[in-house]
Amino acid sequence: MTEFEGYLASQLLTGIQTTIVLFAGCAVIGNLLAIPIALARLSSSRWVRYPADAFALAFRGTPLLVQLYLCYYGVGQILSGIPAIRYSVMWPLLRGASCYAFFVLSLNTAAYCSEIWKGAIRSIPEGQREAGQSLGLSKTRIMISVLLPQAFRLALPAIGGQNILLLKGTALASTITVFELMGAANLVRAQTFRVYEPLFAAALGYFLLAVLVTTGFGFFERRLARRY
Amino acid sequence: MNPTASWLTLLSFGDQGWGDELLFGACLSLGIAMSAYLVGMVLGLVGAVAKISKNRLAGATAGAYTTIIRSVPDILIIFLIYYSATDALRWVVSFTGLTSQFQLNGFVAATLSLGVVQGGYSTEVLRGAIVAIPKGQIEAAHALGLTRRQTFFLVTLPQMVPLALPGLGNLWLVVLKESSLVSLIGFTELVLAGKMAAGATHDYFVFYCAIAFVFLVMSGVSALLFQSLEAATANPGRRK
Repeated sequence: MTEFEGYLASQLLTGIQTTIVLFAGCAVIGNLLAIPIALARLSSSRWVRYPADAFALAFRGTPLLVQLYLCYYGVGQILSGIPAIRYSVMWPLLRGASCYAFFVLSLNTAAYCSEIWKGAIRSIPEGQREAGQSLGLSKTRIMISVLLPQAFRLALPAIGGQNILLLKGTALASTITVFELMGAANLVRAQTFRVYEPLFAAALGYFLLAVLVTTGFGFFERRLARRY
Repeated sequence: MNPTASWLTLLSFGDQGWGDELLFGACLSLGIAMSAYLVGMVLGLVGAVAKISKNRLAGATAGAYTTIIRSVPDILIIFLIYYSATDALRWVVSFTGLTSQFQLNGFVAATLSLGVVQGGYSTEVLRGAIVAIPKGQIEAAHALGLTRRQTFFLVTLPQMVPLALPGLGNLWLVVLKESSLVSLIGFTELVLAGKMAAGATHDYFVFYCAIAFVFLVMSGVSALLFQSLEAATANPGRRK
């Protein structure tokens, strides 16, 4: 292994760790947030429905890159102008780009997945709800024990695809100076003026991660299909 | 400057504000998105036909293409295409001895790289639409003595449109938002124009909000357009 290859490998290995942490964290938070948002969007009260709809519209109607810029540069600028935050213990965390990347990627995933959940819950036959009612189950119980488990099976393939998109989205965190896989590749590219090796190596890294995520979701889907 | 009154001046048109730069950037974004969408559609059509063809090599190539596009971040593919296309063209141009100083036009480079990404997505959408056409249609066309090419252009393609339209509408919304990525290869569309304005005035929040709002309006209008297009092309006679 030449000196360049060793350097490239060490940088990319550091980067891929950040990518994995970023992906895993945002996937957990985003997917968990998606369900309450989807329920809010299906709510009959407009005070609950409108804000949730507006949230989903804002995140689904604008590019992820702009969301990252808006949060990191825009909100970051406003936060740094407030003395109470500027001199608080939270500031070292809020100064870095990672927390903004976490925030935006999680909410972005939540918005897209809420759309998937909404569609899945809606596509369950009305008879299921009616059957639950005739058994005397409460509204909450029907949602938790009857509708959501069935919706989950319907939604899972699409949610798997959305998580792949999240993995691809983490590459954009490098634009707000988060040092993940793409950022590492860009750093090596800028330092050594070699374009193709770092980019191809990073592409391979993302490809392997995507294969891993797809296999994981495929396994999960088969497990779920086997039950009942 | 008074912060509440200043954002109106910042976004105004003319010397004082950046409104005209942003508007020009928005037009370029739309242009990039449209041309990349068309490039992607052509690539997607070729890819879809290759995927369902009996030729193994064509099928495997198209399969590899869509797999890579779907699993590698778009920005990485855009970078790779941008650099390799520039290098390849520079090599060709210097080989023919036309000029040693060659620079690929930014719009062409951006369209090309975004179009290749888009092609991978449209391959899947169009393939799904082709597969969804009943086999009897193709068999009937063969029975009528149409050639394979005639069958594709006269029978398959027209029937694909209503089937593919929801997917194609989604793809347009995707490419519209992804056009923001070409700002990272240095093409001054809406996002980069806004970034420059924000950097010059240090009013990051105002400008990024403005950009987000413009994208929101563009995708909202497109969604409505595609909805009415879908309603117009849906053939009630064929719905069962």
